[in-house]
Amino acid sequence: MTIHLSILVFWPLAFALLGAFAPRRAAPVFALVGAVIPLGHSVLMLLDFEAGARGLQYLTDDEWIPDLGIHYKLGVDGLNLWLVALTSLLFSASALWLTLRPPLRAPQFALHFGIAETAVLGAFLAQDLGVFVLFFDLILVPFYFLVGIWGGPDRIAAAVKMVVYTLVGSLLMLAAAAATAVLTARGEAELSFAFSDLAANPLPESTQKWLFVAFGLAFLIKMPAFPFHGWMPDAYRAMPLPALAVFSGVVSKVAAYGFLRIALPFFPEAAQDFQTILLVIAVLSILYGSVMAFTQTNVRLILGYSSMAQLGFITLGIFAVDGAAAGAQGALLHAVNHGLVVAPMFFVVALLAERAGGTEDIRDMGGIAFRAPVLAGLFLVATLATLAMPGSANFVGEFLILAGVFNSSMTFAFIASIGVVLAAVYALRMYIRTMHNRTGAAVTSFELSLRDGVVLVPLILAIVAFALYPQGALTHSEPAVKAVMAPVAQAGGAQQAAEVAP
Amino acid sequence: MTVLAQAKVSGPEIDWAALAPIVALTAGACLVLLVGLARAPFVRERVVPVFSALVLAVTAGLCVWQWGENESIVASALAMDDLTRSLCLIFCVAAVATVALSWRSAAAVEAGEGEYYALLLSSVLGMVILVAAQNFVVLFLGFELLSIPLYVLCATHMRREHSLESGLKYLIIGSVGSATLLYGLALIYGATGSTDFAGVAAAASELRSDALLLAGMALVVAGLAFKASVAPFHQWTPDVYEGAPTPITAFMAVATKTAAFGVLLRLFDVALISASSSWAPALAALAAVTILVGNVGAIGQSSLKRLLAYSSVAQAGYMLAGVVVSTRLGIQATVFYLAAYLVMNLAAFAVITARERETDAGDDISSLYGLGADRPWLAWPMTIAMLSLAGFPATAGFFGKLFLIEAAVDNEYAWLGVAIVLGSALSLVYYLRVVAAVWMRAPSEAVALAGGRMGGAGGRPAMAGGAPEGDVEGAADGERERGERGEPARPGVPARREGGAAGAVAAGGGGGGGGAGELERERARGDRIRQPEVAVVAVVCALATIALGIYPDPLFDAARDAGAAIVGLV
Repeated sequence: MTIHLSILVFWPLAFALLGAFAPRRAAPVFALVGAVIPLGHSVLMLLDFEAGARGLQYLTDDEWIPDLGIHYKLGVDGLNLWLVALTSLLFSASALWLTLRPPLRAPQFALHFGIAETAVLGAFLAQDLGVFVLFFDLILVPFYFLVGIWGGPDRIAAAVKMVVYTLVGSLLMLAAAAATAVLTARGEAELSFAFSDLAANPLPESTQKWLFVAFGLAFLIKMPAFPFHGWMPDAYRAMPLPALAVFSGVVSKVAAYGFLRIALPFFPEAAQDFQTILLVIAVLSILYGSVMAFTQTNVRLILGYSSMAQLGFITLGIFAVDGAAAGAQGALLHAVNHGLVVAPMFFVVALLAERAGGTEDIRDMGGIAFRAPVLAGLFLVATLATLAMPGSANFVGEFLILAGVFNSSMTFAFIASIGVVLAAVYALRMYIRTMHNRTGAAVTSFELSLRDGVVLVPLILAIVAFALYPQGALTHSEPAVKAVMAPVAQAGGAQQAAEVAP
Repeated sequence: MTVLAQAKVSGPEIDWAALAPIVALTAGACLVLLVGLARAPFVRERVVPVFSALVLAVTAGLCVWQWGENESIVASALAMDDLTRSLCLIFCVAAVATVALSWRSAAAVEAGEGEYYALLLSSVLGMVILVAAQNFVVLFLGFELLSIPLYVLCATHMRREHSLESGLKYLIIGSVGSATLLYGLALIYGATGSTDFAGVAAAASELRSDALLLAGMALVVAGLAFKASVAPFHQWTPDVYEGAPTPITAFMAVATKTAAFGVLLRLFDVALISASSSWAPALAALAAVTILVGNVGAIGQSSLKRLLAYSSVAQAGYMLAGVVVSTRLGIQATVFYLAAYLVMNLAAFAVITARERETDAGDDISSLYGLGADRPWLAWPMTIAMLSLAGFPATAGFFGKLFLIEAAVDNEYAWLGVAIVLGSALSLVYYLRVVAAVWMRAPSEAVALAGGRMGGAGGRPAMAGGAPEGDVEGAADGERERGERGEPARPGVPARREGGAAGAVAAGGGGGGGGAGELERERARGDRIRQPEVAVVAVVCALATIALGIYPDPLFDAARDAGAAIVGLV
């Protein structure tokens, strides 16, 4: 029972509120302090984490709302440790960017930014379904304002579309969460939303099915996955870049994490039943995302669709459900990888736009590398990581995912491998069209300034460091991932046995 | 003669302590009426409302004082239990807020302050009697005592024809509702041979599918559905809400709805509980229809009061789910939601009241444009109220919905829970439109809009329908974008910082604000401190919404006591 995680979660919010009342110039500094301290905190936690231990560490557990059975329960294990670290890193980078380039109405921006970090950290750390749903839904509120107030073209329509789309799923999840708790407690047990209590009494398969569908829909929309991505292009086009960096970097991971933390362990039989459907969705997301990524001309959308493809890989890994849980481990690793890579890319987009006369269209870019070799070099590292160059952590992630899928379903593995090739196409296309080629009409190339370097360089170094030593994340996550996947694998074994028996 | 003189007439024994809230309200209403006869403007305009608020505070205090004593009083005609008291507290808070909002209202002056506030108090009295009623006669008495003052109050803004229209419409529709209710009560009496709830409950268990009883129940549902604005009996709601003076609209939206749900709980979950297999499916269907109709209806509205009227229809649908499940959990969830609904709606109506007086746009949604940059103390309450109504987390509305869904799932109405969340998803479209108006639009857009829409005809906005905003928006948006957005500025130019500072000044006004926009903002500035009581209501209610969204325990405790007052439910 410690207070560590409460501090970690609510620190950004506290500073955001202080910043809202601070003088206009000081506000981004408050946001920075609000983001950097959690980063230090999570790094310390990373070092202090007991890798071999099972169960939750730094557990916080209190009664919150006894009538509803909601506990204020936070904890860390191998599943969320690295995602928490990723979240605090990306939010720190964005906060630094904001401090150096304060937006209009900075106090308000800082306020929404802080709320966003608290919500994301809360969703990752929650060990109670009620708390998870609360934070998961809360994530939308600050991003609604960030898009709607500071956004680009058609900001209001884009903001409303994003919220309505994603909240349809989230609200279904709210109903499903309430149903899960009530139905689990039916009969003797006391009403409780705590993950541990829900895992203790599995529901009958028929109930699991509709609950799984509700949760799955919420997560797939949030990611977004193939047929549910309608909100994504508009939102990505309109969102201010510092917000988009964290949005694409971590918010989509909350959904992937939700599958691992909730959908699989609580509804294992349903997960088995829907495995094929989800694998199909994953493969479609990979193919559709990749194809769109190399046809789009807006840099933001190229990154947006590439994220969709990468999240397809993550979903694929989660639902590989192979015996050794390699797929799920790879998925978790890849979630961290993708966050690390995509966030600096969005900062690079801002720098590219500066050099290309404000446009974010690759047709008007080109030749930017000419007088900006450092920028080009940093961008190249991120690009190579995106296309999962051997030697990068992304390669390890994709390799594990594909290895997992090979073990459970050969067909899907083969189709998904095409996605790896396509990734090379869209990533290199974006790099070459912006950095090399003929110089665009409005392009004035100049080197990375110190102000942008302090944001970008550490992020790129993080990619390199993680490429050198991805093993750390894998050792941390292994026991937790195996524990999560065990019930699903078990359900799969039972189903196969039942099929064989008659 | 002597025999009569000697005869001992014994009335029912009265527990004065339990009856105290009702006595206080009755005496208070009479006194307010008398004080209102004074000539001095100070007495009429200041003393009368303060005294009314005092009466309500005393009533609330008496309710708190008696908390936990569940008993039937006055020959079992009234149940003064925690359900009645919790609802009475809601009425009192709503009425106090109404008094604050009416402080500078023209309606109170036009109607005469004494009459206005006395009518308000007698309406509250009617509500308390209605939710405490234990037999049909008292029930109808309370119903009429609630309604008749409201018919008058709706029409108090006499110089505005909409107000008179609203009052007349409410009178006619309300009378139809009353008549339907009365007819239904008579039929139930005919079927069961009893007017009090206990007798009805005893008899109803034997005549579950009796035609007379079924017809009676159907008529009662219809009659009460008029009051609770449950679809398809909701058509009067938008018109009356829009026409009535805004403080009265706030009162009707919150208190009348609470009263209607209080009596629905008493009637269906107590008196007719044994026939629940025949009414529950019907009410469940009504709830689903209401959720759909309310949310769809609100989407196209440009008048905030009409929008909130439809929203209140939708919310009635959510709460009806709590009645349908007919468990103690359902009652708790309904009471909880009513309390949450109270604070979030009052915050919204307070902001509308303030803006109605400050701008020429009336209650049109454009009256909120630029509020976020100009008036954070009004903008945040409105935002919180809208997010809470939509059911976002960290607000009271979130737990309210969660509680209702839990109650629904708990008694095999999982589909109703899903209907609630789908309704909420639909509702986002219009709640977020209001939030967008507060934060994401410049006041200049409102001016452009008003110019395009009408020739200054008394400042009345277009009533309903697809807003013509779409066309004007695009142009104004683009203009504002260029003025405000400094993101991808030219690099290497050291003037960036200054750009930021200058942009901040222009943030509210936007680049394209014409002379009229400037004028309007001047005016708004001037009015800023002139109505602190409205801002206080808005801020207090918004804070309560957030507080209950983070620490809802006290409200849960109260709801649990209220649920426990009704014995015999699981």
